[in-house]
Amino acid sequence: MDLIYSIFVDPFLQMAGAPDLLVQTLWEGFVGGILYALIALGFVLIFKASGVFNFAQGIMVVFAALTLVGLYEKGVPAFLALALTIGVMFLIAAAVERVVLRPLVNQPDIILFMATFGLTYLLIGLGEAIFGGNPKVMIAEQLYLPKGAVDIKMLGGVVTLQKIDIAAAVIALAMIACLSVFFQYTRIGRALRAVADSHKAALSVGISLNQIWVIVWFLAGVVALITGIMWGARSDVSFALQVVALKALPVLVLGGFTSIPGAVVGGLIIGIGEKIGEFYWGPLVGGATESWLAYCIALVFLMFRPQGLFGERIIERI
Amino acid sequence: MRKFILVLGLLTGAAVGAPAIQQAAAQDQIYVPLLTYRTGPFAGSGIPIADGMRDYLEMLNQRDGGIGGVKIAIEECETGYDTKKGVECYEATKSKNPVVVNPYSTGITLQLIPRASVDKIPILSMAYGLSASADGNTFPWIFNPPVTYWDGASVMVGYMAQQLGGFDKLKGKKLGLIHLDAPYGKEPIPLLQDLSKRYGFELKLYPVPAADMQNQSGIWLGIRRDRPDFIYNQGFGAMNPTAVKEALRNNFPIDKLVGVWWAGGDDDARAGGAEAKGYKSLNFHQAGTNFPVIQDILKNVADKNLSKVDNRNRIGENLYNRGVYNSMLIAEAVRTAQKLTGKKVVNGEDVRRGLENLNISEQRLKELGMEGFAAPVQVSCSDHNGHNKVFMAEWDGSKYVKASDWMAPLKDEVRPLIDSAAKEYAAGNSGWPKRTEACDKAT
Repeated sequence: MDLIYSIFVDPFLQMAGAPDLLVQTLWEGFVGGILYALIALGFVLIFKASGVFNFAQGIMVVFAALTLVGLYEKGVPAFLALALTIGVMFLIAAAVERVVLRPLVNQPDIILFMATFGLTYLLIGLGEAIFGGNPKVMIAEQLYLPKGAVDIKMLGGVVTLQKIDIAAAVIALAMIACLSVFFQYTRIGRALRAVADSHKAALSVGISLNQIWVIVWFLAGVVALITGIMWGARSDVSFALQVVALKALPVLVLGGFTSIPGAVVGGLIIGIGEKIGEFYWGPLVGGATESWLAYCIALVFLMFRPQGLFGERIIERI
Repeated sequence: MRKFILVLGLLTGAAVGAPAIQQAAAQDQIYVPLLTYRTGPFAGSGIPIADGMRDYLEMLNQRDGGIGGVKIAIEECETGYDTKKGVECYEATKSKNPVVVNPYSTGITLQLIPRASVDKIPILSMAYGLSASADGNTFPWIFNPPVTYWDGASVMVGYMAQQLGGFDKLKGKKLGLIHLDAPYGKEPIPLLQDLSKRYGFELKLYPVPAADMQNQSGIWLGIRRDRPDFIYNQGFGAMNPTAVKEALRNNFPIDKLVGVWWAGGDDDARAGGAEAKGYKSLNFHQAGTNFPVIQDILKNVADKNLSKVDNRNRIGENLYNRGVYNSMLIAEAVRTAQKLTGKKVVNGEDVRRGLENLNISEQRLKELGMEGFAAPVQVSCSDHNGHNKVFMAEWDGSKYVKASDWMAPLKDEVRPLIDSAAKEYAAGNSGWPKRTEACDKAT
């Protein structure tokens, strides 16, 4: 009876008893969800254009953030370091297309997937060789990212919104909106969608597959940089960040591998779901629920929509 | 044809002879493998420790020609703080006759404990690993001086009592333990549960999964709800700077967040910026370069470009000095073994005796250039830890400074728990060998 009370009654009494904490939890979940969506977006972009699940997206986040901080530490002004890092991400995109993707055209997807594993280890080694394994402090202030918090008195308590979290949410949402417009209304965007639909059809109308791959990997690189700045500002810039990137997996399962809105909605469901779960039900199982709860949420959705919320339904003739 | 046979003969001779020569050379050295992690999510803690360990031993080679005139062969093996890789490192170095192995991970230590007595290689898990292994009667091959995690946790409770005005004031208070959800992080839980019952304070546990070390906002919401009076941080690697930042984000008083000695890296506090001033960490040695031993490292290692430290200013940081302290224990154990056996080139069995007879007095610390750097350490046949004193180090915005007197662990609380846990371990591992190694008279 106690157990039933603890699961089905007490958490809701807690929500009603301290609504300010509920709002705070929802806000933290929202921010976490947006940040997960940012990571997932990098995966979606590449999967849409090339059908490759880019395992290296996590290390791209770390590499981009390390490059930015590393350049700054070498004396490069912050915004020049930002521009140079974007340049580095372009070079990586071009190199990946030339050295990894082009020679593997027409190979099974699993081969391309394994190639991204190789790319992961290459970037880990390269990152450690160039920047060392020591954690670094993100140059949030130098990039004029806001500091401090806004306290809002409401519902008989105080809800604290960190300014960096507000900035992260605004930047992430703006970026997602820009990408949606880019995909929908620009010539290159339409070409990207054409490639996503069918490589052969896209080639037959003169779309350069190689160019598209460079563009899409570059965009994923820029998304990785923004993700790295935001996550780095919340903790620090270290190789542990690539583990956080794996949180994108349940987001992708939930939202679908090919949908930008799916990444956003999936990210928000996972982000808010895991924070609410950890806060209200976590103590019942000794805490540490965030490492597995996201996968449980994704699993439940999978049972009803195997293609994800916004994914394309795959019907194959057998 | 004759020339061909001659060349072939020479090559064969070289191939057969080379390992023998190498073996002969190796016999004149003391082989100390260092299981380190300069890569991966825990590299932030692992790099300075590895640098400090390596540099101290290198300094002995450069300054004194090794220990007792015998060169130290230093070899690092990268574990990435991964238990599987750590065991592989142990297996790879085992055949080279190491005199002692430093696993540098509680997970790896737990795997090596049953192997040590079989392979006759002592394990030095300095202030980490299995707390119960302080019982020398059950674990003759395992050593964890100068303090166990249980000692650290008991000092934390003592410190909390001191801050609140006495042990009687602990009743009804809350102590939060934020910890890595791994064997290392969970280690202090049994003692804290014991002490919470005894003194009437409430213990709240906040486990942080390794995958979420940099994603702790949900956990800190729980802390905000529970409002513990103090938080003890048994974190590592990227978990620590995130915890410091989250404490600041959630307006938790930073001076009431106390880390175990492994949560006292300079990078851990630095991440919080100026607001992290006041963050505390238990410690058993000083930070800084104002000690003859560190000056000797600068002169004999750093100046000769023999150090792996990427920035000379990092020499003397807290975790760097931790590595130095660890290697000092290794060197002193070897020196003691040389004294006990009369041999210059000692082996694992000799160094086990050396560790068991370790007695580093104030006078000895002075001779080592470590006066004021650390407190005396003594290990015995039955007590492989010593339960030595620690102090509270405080981040002053740019470095750690000593912020309290030396504080003794609650040994009366810790020791019975160690004895019973050791018995439990032996009973739970069927066929656990009874101690057959004789104790030296001195101990």
